[in-house]
Amino acid sequence: MALIDEETAAQLKEEFARLVNPVRLAVFSQALADPESEQVRRLVEELGALDPRLSVESFNFVLDKEKAEAMGISRIPAIAVLGADKDYGIRFYGLPTGYEFGSLVDAVLDVSTGESGLSPETKTALEGLARPVHIQVFSTPT
Amino acid sequence: MESDRITADSVEVTGYPDLARQYRVSSVPKTVLGDAVEFVGAQPEPSLLEHVQDAAARAEGGLVES
Repeated sequence: MALIDEETAAQLKEEFARLVNPVRLAVFSQALADPESEQVRRLVEELGALDPRLSVESFNFVLDKEKAEAMGISRIPAIAVLGADKDYGIRFYGLPTGYEFGSLVDAVLDVSTGESGLSPETKTALEGLARPVHIQVFSTPT
Repeated sequence: MESDRITADSVEVTGYPDLARQYRVSSVPKTVLGDAVEFVGAQPEPSLLEHVQDAAARAEGGLVES
């Protein structure tokens, strides 16, 4: 059974009409150690199938350990939202349901359009950022 | 996206009780920036920017070459 129902799939296809550049979704799971992570892999693969500009790369957290390390991924399930040739450092951990699913879709749209929606003032201020900042947003299912 | 110096994780903590403990997540959404800055709930953009700048200022190590 599909994780994304037909109605949601239709809505997402409409949203993805706004996509501009290709987006790669890298998903890390491991069926044996974490069966729930397979749900995330299936979800991302269903999402990726909704638009030709989306592609999905599925990795096994154990067998593809080097890939996970290279992307800074140390736990599963994990999703990296990547531009065609650029990693913006956007990651989703856990099962993206409810509000989180919307955030994932927004991240895909932002990366594809290259438009974050931030104000010119904020963008200018961020250009002057002197040191790296890692942001973690913690949530629970809604 | 607007800065190569910012990386962002969205973490659904139900599956990661260790992270919930480590970052003392009692109400959500909780945002942690770097090691020293945090807030709960949504913040307007200028306030979020201030938090990011604050976290950068508190970050360990010297200035990054630009």
